[in-house]
Amino acid sequence: MNIGVLALQGAVAEHIRSIELAGGTGIAVKKTEQLNDIDGLIIPGGESTTIGKLMRKYGFIEAIRQFSGAGKPIYGSCAGLIVLAERISGGEEPHLGLMDITVSRNAFGRQRESFEAELPLKGLQEEIQAVFIRAPLIEEAGPEVDILAAYDGQIVAARQKHLLVSSFHPELTEDTSFHRYFLDMVKEAEPE
Amino acid sequence: MQPGTERVKRGMAEMQKGGVIMDVMNAEQAKIAEAAGATAVMALERVPSDIRAAGGVARMADPTIIEEVMKVVSIPVMAKARIGHYVEAKVLESLGVDYLDESEVLTPADEVFHIDKHEFTVPFVCGAKDLGEALRRIGEGASMIRTKGEPGTGNIVEAVRHMRLINSQIRKVQNMSKDELYAEAKNLGVPYELLRDVHEHGKLPVVNFAAGGVATPADAALMMHLGADGVFVGSGIFKSDSPEKFARAIVEATTHYTNYKLIAEVSKNLGTPMKGIEISKLTAAERMSDRGW
Repeated sequence: MNIGVLALQGAVAEHIRSIELAGGTGIAVKKTEQLNDIDGLIIPGGESTTIGKLMRKYGFIEAIRQFSGAGKPIYGSCAGLIVLAERISGGEEPHLGLMDITVSRNAFGRQRESFEAELPLKGLQEEIQAVFIRAPLIEEAGPEVDILAAYDGQIVAARQKHLLVSSFHPELTEDTSFHRYFLDMVKEAEPE
Repeated sequence: MQPGTERVKRGMAEMQKGGVIMDVMNAEQAKIAEAAGATAVMALERVPSDIRAAGGVARMADPTIIEEVMKVVSIPVMAKARIGHYVEAKVLESLGVDYLDESEVLTPADEVFHIDKHEFTVPFVCGAKDLGEALRRIGEGASMIRTKGEPGTGNIVEAVRHMRLINSQIRKVQNMSKDELYAEAKNLGVPYELLRDVHEHGKLPVVNFAAGGVATPADAALMMHLGADGVFVGSGIFKSDSPEKFARAIVEATTHYTNYKLIAEVSKNLGTPMKGIEISKLTAAERMSDRGW
């Protein structure tokens, strides 16, 4: 399975490494044409304002909406979660606006408040080591959104059909279970 | 819950990869930088070229400037403390700055010891000219490395020298046999465990950005071509004729550093870049890259 990682800015190499460890093939995506060659897409962590600007500049907004419209799975971590959300708290313009959630940026505070913690995740047997870096939170989720993990009563991972998001960074750990979960979603989505 | 772990501090720098970190001197410049697509801003009282022009002792910026910048942007805000100045670093941490630069651009406060960066929750970036310096800083707790270059000169030659040297030393270490590493750790003056990590992975254990002398979009792309994970731009942007356009051009050239047509396109009509200084014209005392060890 070919999994693209949007390579405009951010932790691209880490996601590619995790995908390969989980048994997929990771591809850095710099051009919209490359979306035709992949079965699933990861939008990595980075700075959402930078990634959003570069996506607009190079035609990725429309191209990824079409990719999603075809039912192909997308996973957004941290900045990727913000980019996928329909609503950004504080009135900021949404980017892809694909997932029925409202996100709050830098919700835990500044870098000194960043942390790691062990979290149970719906559908996974073992707890995962979750690394939160100036992380966003999901403030509200629509009826079609399945909540996968919460920290301190706040939503930090969720799924809506073929869309997956996490506030934390599984790509910064050795644990590949979250990436395997995404690969399973990609497998399910493949036409027979 | 564990705040400030090594993974959290190094991870923050990973999120900056492929990005441009811009020096800003006030809230207005910070907004321009954010709008242009900067991944972070470095809040300063004076950019390096002004520090050179002004002379005297350069210190941590007035906290008012840093707070103003933190108020107006949502991207991370970095700030500089003098080499070895533990208290400036603690003061900046207390303000809530997202990343500290223990920087040779400011006048060193200690000529023997750098700050013990392990005991901070906030992560540090430090400058390096070679692998030895890079690993000594990481040993002291730095979570990100950047080349020293020669700040405020608009001349890329020193940053190129440092990036090439670090990378060639990494390749050399990678090809050593295990029993050679002990003596090499002694030669370089670095912790053996860190050198073994470089030997095993063929790269530094933290991200390595380019800094010091980046003056054009092509300069930024050249540093990416040489293996930098991202770019710091200091005096270049707000010393140019049209900072906004210039900042956007640097961001695009960094993202698409192998797309030469695009770099040509964004380099058009940028106005005059900073004049720049020939390195050999600097006296030993004027060379910032020789500060730190």
